[in-house]
Amino acid sequence: MYKYNDFDSAFIAERNAQFRAQVARRINGNLTEDEFKPLRLMNGVYLQLHAYMLRVAIPYGTLNSRQMDQLAMIAERWDKGYGHFTTRHDEIDDPRPYAELIRQWSTDHPEFQFLPRKFKIAVTGSEHDRAVSRAHDIGLRMVRRGDQIGFEVIVGGGLGRTPMIGKVLRDFLPIADLLPYLEAVVSVWNILGRRDNKYKARIKITVHENGIDAIRDQVETRFIELRPSYDGADQGLLEQIKSAFAKPAFKSASLDGFDLAYQNDPIFRSWVDTNIAAHATQGYAIASISIKAHGQTPGDATAEQMRVIASLARRFGHDEIRISHEQNVILPHVHKSDLLQVHAELKAAGLATANIGLISDIIACPGMDYCALATARSIPIAQQIATRFDDLKLEHDIGHLQIKISGCINACGHHHVGHIGILGLDRAGVENYQITLGGDATETAALGTRVGPGFSADDILPAIERLIFAYLAIRQDAEETFLQTYRRVGIEPFQSALYDPQDTQAHAAE
Amino acid sequence: MSRPFSPKIITANALIDGDVIYLTDSNTWSGDLQHARVFTDEDSANAHLSQAAAQTARAVGVYLVDIKLEDGVLVPTHFREAFRKTGPSNYAHGKQEQVTHV
Repeated sequence: MYKYNDFDSAFIAERNAQFRAQVARRINGNLTEDEFKPLRLMNGVYLQLHAYMLRVAIPYGTLNSRQMDQLAMIAERWDKGYGHFTTRHDEIDDPRPYAELIRQWSTDHPEFQFLPRKFKIAVTGSEHDRAVSRAHDIGLRMVRRGDQIGFEVIVGGGLGRTPMIGKVLRDFLPIADLLPYLEAVVSVWNILGRRDNKYKARIKITVHENGIDAIRDQVETRFIELRPSYDGADQGLLEQIKSAFAKPAFKSASLDGFDLAYQNDPIFRSWVDTNIAAHATQGYAIASISIKAHGQTPGDATAEQMRVIASLARRFGHDEIRISHEQNVILPHVHKSDLLQVHAELKAAGLATANIGLISDIIACPGMDYCALATARSIPIAQQIATRFDDLKLEHDIGHLQIKISGCINACGHHHVGHIGILGLDRAGVENYQITLGGDATETAALGTRVGPGFSADDILPAIERLIFAYLAIRQDAEETFLQTYRRVGIEPFQSALYDPQDTQAHAAE
Repeated sequence: MSRPFSPKIITANALIDGDVIYLTDSNTWSGDLQHARVFTDEDSANAHLSQAAAQTARAVGVYLVDIKLEDGVLVPTHFREAFRKTGPSNYAHGKQEQVTHV
């Protein structure tokens, strides 16, 4: 895992001191709210409905146990004893090895020695741009095409006195072509870039004056010239850098205890079947910890629960923790011989809910219970659905189903890509919930289709029940998931389950 | 012809702890909606809004909001303001902890 070096630590300490002074100046009146607000937002401090929220970014969703313990301490000392794992991250790959590669390569590179002016490259490992890559001279946004990872190359962005949004130069650049392509861009700019006026000496001006298409033509021509001079040594260096983020030293141990418990303990077996995924290494497993106990707030963990997770990661998980965008916590490297102990400790902490990927594993944004932007509540809807299907004991029978709930159109709950999406709106001063069906957040991505008019806060749970009963009635067999059934039969049977009064009565009688 | 002015109060969030506050009769701020000053005149409401917005050492995000009187109790007309008054619905935090002692 990446470890802060002296440079990082000094940077953080300096930023802390700056923010401390900014807060003091706001309180003593030397900064207005308009001046202070961008500064606090930059430091993750948001003013929500009832209180301030401290938003903590977790780069590529990875933590060690010490960092998790520290989050627990902050929750306990400065908040009400819990934290909330959000949905706001979706890294494709760790961007830092690529950034490090570019840093090492460009230092003392001749094309970079006499540039007209400063030149900034941003790398983001996420489709959701977190490095403001459209506001840099070159932005590299990691994207996936099929099973290949590459970069979208954006050029000519910048803020300052002439703010400009960068334009897409290449929509997919394979990783192996990264350095020659960057050299081609810089090379073209070295020739076209203006040195007569420092305000016009940025690549954004060059792009603006020449047009993105002309720049692209020249870059592609230069790239073809340069490509053969890269013999793969750069890719070797990349692998070396990546190995600084290397996998832990795996162990081997007997699985007899695991096998025995799996055969004899139905609760353990259910948890293993639902929350454990295969690991590339023999004897190991990926253990998902559900932060979706039935009836609780999706994504909320108490300080004590965070400490339990940290302790388990330290003792059984090679000190690595990942936060998933599904608002769950993952121990990515647990030996199967340790799973029984891990499960027992999770159970004692209320963290052993066996519902990963099931109907109660709901993504929900904070909604109007907390968020200043929300137009309706999300959390109580999630709580009701999870509680209801747990009471019915239908969850495992229903199988894989993703419900995603957003409390406004900003879609923090990813409702567009939920198999069942729920969007909470304000309709003439009343909470109203629109249902979309058929969304898919995986590589077969699809946006859900709106079924029809929305439902009130009181009517949304019965509506979801009608959808589920319709699915159970029309699926071919228990293997056919909700999404597969939807793709086979289309929206009509679900529409009539929702809106046809006869269907409604039939299910109400159950 | 403009619409008739509906009764309003002035609300904001407190600078230091971020919680919901209301402007009172004495031009101070209270966390209790029942202490809020009710404006029935548009000019007066707007004048006080400007003054309240100038109290930047105490209040952030000052705005006017509709209110109605039911059996002598001030009640928000919109659910958002009802949630701001009550607190989150998934935990009995802050304001609700105090209410349960009644």
